[in-house]
Amino acid sequence: MTRPRSKKMTIDEVVAQLSDGMTIGIGGWGPRRKPMALVRAILRSDLKDLTIVSWGGADVGLLAEAGKIKKLVYAFVTMDTVPLEPNFQAARQNRTIPEICEWDEGMFQTGLKAAAERLPFLPMRAGLGSDVLVNNPDLKLVASPYADENGDLEEFVAVPALKLDVALVHLNRADEHGNATYLGPDPYFDDLFAMAAEKTFVSCEQIIDTAGLTTDVPVQRVLLNRMMVAGVVETPNGAHFTNCVPDYERDEKFQKHYAASTKDPEAWAAFKERFLSGDEAAYQAAVQAFHAEQA
Amino acid sequence: MTDVNSTISRAEVCAAAIADAFAEDGEIFGSPMGTLPMLGVRLAKLTSNPELVISDGESLFLGGVPPLFAKGDVVEGFIPFRRVFDVVAYGKRHVMMGATQVDKHGNQNISAIGDFAQPQRQLLGSRGAPGNTVNNRTSYWVPKHSPRVFVEKVDIVSGVGPKAAKAAGPAAAKYNDIHRIVSNLGVFDMRGPDDTMRLLSVHPGVTVDDVVAATGFALHIEGDVPTTREPDSTELMIIRNVLDPKSIRDREVPPVEAAK
Repeated sequence: MTRPRSKKMTIDEVVAQLSDGMTIGIGGWGPRRKPMALVRAILRSDLKDLTIVSWGGADVGLLAEAGKIKKLVYAFVTMDTVPLEPNFQAARQNRTIPEICEWDEGMFQTGLKAAAERLPFLPMRAGLGSDVLVNNPDLKLVASPYADENGDLEEFVAVPALKLDVALVHLNRADEHGNATYLGPDPYFDDLFAMAAEKTFVSCEQIIDTAGLTTDVPVQRVLLNRMMVAGVVETPNGAHFTNCVPDYERDEKFQKHYAASTKDPEAWAAFKERFLSGDEAAYQAAVQAFHAEQA
Repeated sequence: MTDVNSTISRAEVCAAAIADAFAEDGEIFGSPMGTLPMLGVRLAKLTSNPELVISDGESLFLGGVPPLFAKGDVVEGFIPFRRVFDVVAYGKRHVMMGATQVDKHGNQNISAIGDFAQPQRQLLGSRGAPGNTVNNRTSYWVPKHSPRVFVEKVDIVSGVGPKAAKAAGPAAAKYNDIHRIVSNLGVFDMRGPDDTMRLLSVHPGVTVDDVVAATGFALHIEGDVPTTREPDSTELMIIRNVLDPKSIRDREVPPVEAAK
């Protein structure tokens, strides 16, 4: 029987597909189901001048601290239980990210939708009257061609398409062809990221066969179809230290350690040396050792 | 059982005031950000507004009304973030957000303090405030009322007040509805002249002078300002024994040595 091709890749093979100056969308939401193994691989690479599009968490903080970001498009950056991401905060306060686009969080969805639908923009109320328009002078308004009930031609924000070169997302399960399921509470916007991008790479907790994706799992949880996906990587615990429910919760202890380490240059150097100087396997081993010490 | 005749705490007064902000909303999504807003919304659902639709703050609409941060109640729907955005645009929602700054004209800032290009202090980012305020009813909760929060003019406009919405045109003003601002000192709305903030009531033990001194702009004050009502015995029973038996509320608004 002929079957669709396998798109199994390694983390390094994914990063080899990226290049300087690319616009990269990162799926998940804040500190939830982020493709952190792929983010860590970008940290290790020579990639630079990236445009990062993210409902941000530590993904944005780490990339900012490593000087990878030329332009950041975000609506918030938070780790929830640590509300303010310290590396992102420092980057903003020291002005180390050359271009900043702070949008409303719903505008983000609209921008991704426009890109996914191959439209130059979609209209929206969000942004009107706020400093989102002041601080993003490129955002333009568009008048409705239809009069409203008062005879007004309402003017909306023309949210430009957030076209991505690459989307990186992390799902619970995938098959080798790129079909992928989310098993947690929220799909977030990973399907939209995928459709807004030229190429999408999915990392997942486990690659299983296609039939297994819907064994005891409702078909509605198949969020990504293989036609949206260029590559699949199995990265167990790959969302760490964000959550990947029900496989694991957020690693609060580690997150606290991360946040505390940023407060002092020596502690931060030690953190980087211990956790970010090796490959993904070394990272996971270091995290295990960290927890063994804490126990 | 808690003695409902014991001193009513400031946090309990705030919870009832927040519940009152949602009392007349009918069958819409009550969307609280933070501890006291969650307590107030759930109190409203158990008392003044049983039609209110509430969520677990994650992705489920709840059929029941569990204690703060509890899970596993009856589920009546699915509300992941993408559907939250749908409901924002649909309009059947009342969100109560926090605010690092609020100004005289009801603009809110959760983005950054200082200059946007290089802030003195980067905060969360504007989150959903720009979209919320031009689409659905929005209220604010301020647990520590001070002149640093209530400022003449916010550094960055995240949430849009009524005056700024009108200035931005009919598409912005049509659904702008800044309903209540509840702080640990009092309750406010935006019905002062020229869409400015008006003092509606001061909490028991707080004077109008206290509020004026803690506010960095000239509040609109009309005649004798009433005292915020105290929660009744049913509400106190619900707050203390049902929704917040661990008194999480006191962490956000510490009990005040009664000055009554």
